[in-house]
Amino acid sequence: MAVTRRLVLGASGALAAPGLLRAQGGAPIRIGEINSYTAQPAFTVPYRNAMQLAVEGVNARGGVLGRPLELITRDDAGRPQDAVRLAGELVNDQKVDVLAGAYLSNVGLALGEYAAQNKRLYVGGEPLTDAMVWEKGNRYTFRLRPSTYMQASILAEEAAKLPAKRWVTVAPNYEFGQSGVKWFRQLLAARRPDVQFVGEQWPALGRVDAGATVQALEAMRPEGIFNVLFGTDLTNFVRQGNTRGLFERRSVASLLTGEPEYLDPLGDEAPEGWIVTGYPGEMIDTPAHKAFASAYRGKFNAKPMCGSLVGYALINSIAAGIAKAGSVEVERMVEGFRGVRFDTPAGPAEYRAIDQQGTLGVYVGRTALRNNAGVMTDWRYIDGKDLLPSDEVVRGLRPASAS
Amino acid sequence: MDSVLPQLLTGLATASSLFLVASGLTIIFGVTRIVNFSHGSLTMLGAYIGWSILTRLPRDPAWFALGILLTALATALIGVLIERVVLRRVYRAPELFQLLATFGVVLIVQDATLWLWGAVELPLPRPRWLRGFVEVAGGRFPFYDLVLIAIGPVVLGLLWLVMNRTRWGTLVRAATLDREMVAALGVDQRRLFTSVFALGAGLAGLGGALSLPNASANLGIDLSVITDAFVVVVVGGLGSLPGAFVASLLIGILQAFGIVLVPKITLVLVFLVMAVVLVFRPNGLMGRPQAEAREAALAAPVVRAAPPALRWLGAVALVLAVLAPFGAGDYYLTVLTDACVAILFATSLHFMMGPGGMASFGHAAWFGIGAYAAGLLLHWAGAPMPLGLLAAPVAAGIVAALFGWFVVRLSGVYLSMLTLAFAQIAWAVSFQWVEVTGGDNGLLGVWPPDWARSPRVTYWIALALSVGVALLLRRALYAPYGYALRAARDSAARAQSIGLDVARLRLVALVIAGAACGLGGAIFSYGKGGVFPTYISIPHSVEALLMVLLGGLQTVAGPIVGALVYTGLADLLVRSTDLWRLVLGAVIVLLVTAFPEGIAGAARRLWLRGREA
Repeated sequence: MAVTRRLVLGASGALAAPGLLRAQGGAPIRIGEINSYTAQPAFTVPYRNAMQLAVEGVNARGGVLGRPLELITRDDAGRPQDAVRLAGELVNDQKVDVLAGAYLSNVGLALGEYAAQNKRLYVGGEPLTDAMVWEKGNRYTFRLRPSTYMQASILAEEAAKLPAKRWVTVAPNYEFGQSGVKWFRQLLAARRPDVQFVGEQWPALGRVDAGATVQALEAMRPEGIFNVLFGTDLTNFVRQGNTRGLFERRSVASLLTGEPEYLDPLGDEAPEGWIVTGYPGEMIDTPAHKAFASAYRGKFNAKPMCGSLVGYALINSIAAGIAKAGSVEVERMVEGFRGVRFDTPAGPAEYRAIDQQGTLGVYVGRTALRNNAGVMTDWRYIDGKDLLPSDEVVRGLRPASAS
Repeated sequence: MDSVLPQLLTGLATASSLFLVASGLTIIFGVTRIVNFSHGSLTMLGAYIGWSILTRLPRDPAWFALGILLTALATALIGVLIERVVLRRVYRAPELFQLLATFGVVLIVQDATLWLWGAVELPLPRPRWLRGFVEVAGGRFPFYDLVLIAIGPVVLGLLWLVMNRTRWGTLVRAATLDREMVAALGVDQRRLFTSVFALGAGLAGLGGALSLPNASANLGIDLSVITDAFVVVVVGGLGSLPGAFVASLLIGILQAFGIVLVPKITLVLVFLVMAVVLVFRPNGLMGRPQAEAREAALAAPVVRAAPPALRWLGAVALVLAVLAPFGAGDYYLTVLTDACVAILFATSLHFMMGPGGMASFGHAAWFGIGAYAAGLLLHWAGAPMPLGLLAAPVAAGIVAALFGWFVVRLSGVYLSMLTLAFAQIAWAVSFQWVEVTGGDNGLLGVWPPDWARSPRVTYWIALALSVGVALLLRRALYAPYGYALRAARDSAARAQSIGLDVARLRLVALVIAGAACGLGGAIFSYGKGGVFPTYISIPHSVEALLMVLLGGLQTVAGPIVGALVYTGLADLLVRSTDLWRLVLGAVIVLLVTAFPEGIAGAARRLWLRGREA
């Protein structure tokens, strides 16, 4: 404990003290950020806003290593191949010191691959796939946000407390949906051997035939439903489910549904009583979060979204990592980022040395309706470090080359 | 078993929604012969405009109906605008050029919608009556879905009345059968086309607005709707309204039960249906063989060898390209490598599309198969790059030979649609079969060996292969085989009668094109370090079409010029503005209206004009 506290103090000291002396003189430290700005604007725009806010904050405090931060963003159009090309542009042409970004898992993996191949530091913000730090993990890739495994494990823990025994799953048919269901089933079955999974639905991503899917789930007569649908699929699913009474007297556990990005569009049809992971936004009343939320609202006249939290924390984590490394030389940054502690609006977090996964936590709670809009209630924040498997398991998952 | 009836009704409701969108597309195609890619965009605009109107009206059923009708009118007006400003200028252009123009419209509408309505999806708040349900077989069935089930046949009936009981409808049917004859009889084609486009656009808007109570207005509607609508229209038979209706029923119901029986393959199911229908009924369920358009029957000019001056220009460009690594930075080398791949991508499509006369809407399938062949060989057998580069064209060529058996017996848009279906199946397999392909996470670690790893060497390899293949394709074009292929394109019947095996000629063209494209896919993968399903996506297939059409079909240099221009333009725009889709779309529309024969074609015309004068 004493060690970590000293580390925090050390990191924040490095962040502030030398900066005050030399902030004016140094050339900026450039962060090259790539994201799906045109393909996923609803998520990436609040995220980019918060990144800008964080950069201004860091620079107002004197920058990092006495140098200001500079953020350069690029649009990958939702295509990993474009992200790789633009990574080359940012590194070779713009001479950035750190690569960051990605919303889609495949873009995150492609950038991680580029980073490993070209020995550059890459810090992923939003991608959820477990592979990014485990099976396909590498020395140069860090990831901030809680992974699919972490989100599914807290839902499985909550679902295990319910009386429901007959479960069905519904998930978009691609890697994220498939691993979400895999982990939930595995972790719930481990806690509750009496639970049965009696059916599954796999609509194609972005093209759910909601009526038929709801009808098929209804016919399975489940007691509990595990949902991984999100975005427009979720909207359609919830509407058909409400009309057809699918959710009545049934328990529902749902991945990500508590994020305002997904919950807000449901409007007054937001389901009540679903167990969800998400982001309660301005209801969080810790001083750190209040400061963040009011600064964000002040600058953009909008409430912070989950993406905003990630974008803000991402920049601060990069600043802390560079400060701890004391250099922007790649290998020193890798060592510096490992185990670096940083503050986020949600609470303190770190990049674990063992798998380079961030311990930004998960908010879990229940959905409810307030003033005809969906909100999270009874929520609590679980530190990411408590949601990960044992070190032994993690070591087995990561390739040896990633050390 | 008590779930059969609700599932059937659900399928019928889906069918109605499909029919609304598909009917507009099929009417437009029937008369104007335009494959309207922007039809999905019109549906999307219908949803957004409908949202804007309906949220401002009282929430009673009567106002709802009025709002829906207003929306349909508004989209019809937008349709008129698109027809007058863009399409009218390209009716005389070679077939498929309209497709390019409508794709430009898709890009423009995407950014315009984002700018006007914002990024967040907009669901219509549902009043109580829209949330109502009726008891069916012991379960609840949404009242609104019953309304939808009724709307489909009602719209079909109204359209039938218009088509069969009005003078305008008679003209439309006549134009669908033989548009030149209708023009020769003194019917004002311009007005007819505009009005048909308005009707089709209105139907698209109607479909979009009516989807609101079950879904939301969002930016993904355009592409998801257009693929569904294409499938329905092709299965039903192009231009046939009853066909579109039957196809909607078939697909809606199959989908509803497919979800219960085989939940994992619903995406593939729809395209499998289309492929099966096209194999047994090459003109769709109720379509007639297309009347030969007389204008198109004029044989396309023979592609002649380039004049000496152009050869010199090419040689100089090649020398510059070889020397590029000594001047350009690493990043620009990767862009040039991408350009080399784009040249392979475009020249291979041009080979089957220009001389072969087979316009593929799914060319990215071969690109992806080549890429996955190299990637999977590496993962399973640790095959090094040279082996991967060899395996990719072989694999793509073999698959093309198998698939070609179905393709070569079709023609025109049906052929294009079957290639689209095949590409979608390939995409779905790569996206959903996570155990083998890695799903959307893709196959990673596909890098060249150490000696080829520097951007410079990678670029030289790509350059050598792409120029080599382009020259080989050119050689094949001027060989007896190439002349025979062109003969088969210009008149299959006459070619057959002088003893040419048309089906075989076309099959060979498809195999050659597929193999060349597969090689491009493998080179691309080694450049990016991975293989992803996005390589096979529809937008990627459309990129190939864009490059070929931008460059021009009637010259060998066309696809090369198109590939270079497109790659450069896209790279420049993506890095300079978030509105790159808007600008790219506008540039495409401008290029198409200014140079209907493509950039290289226009250059050739100017050159010839100078010579002849």
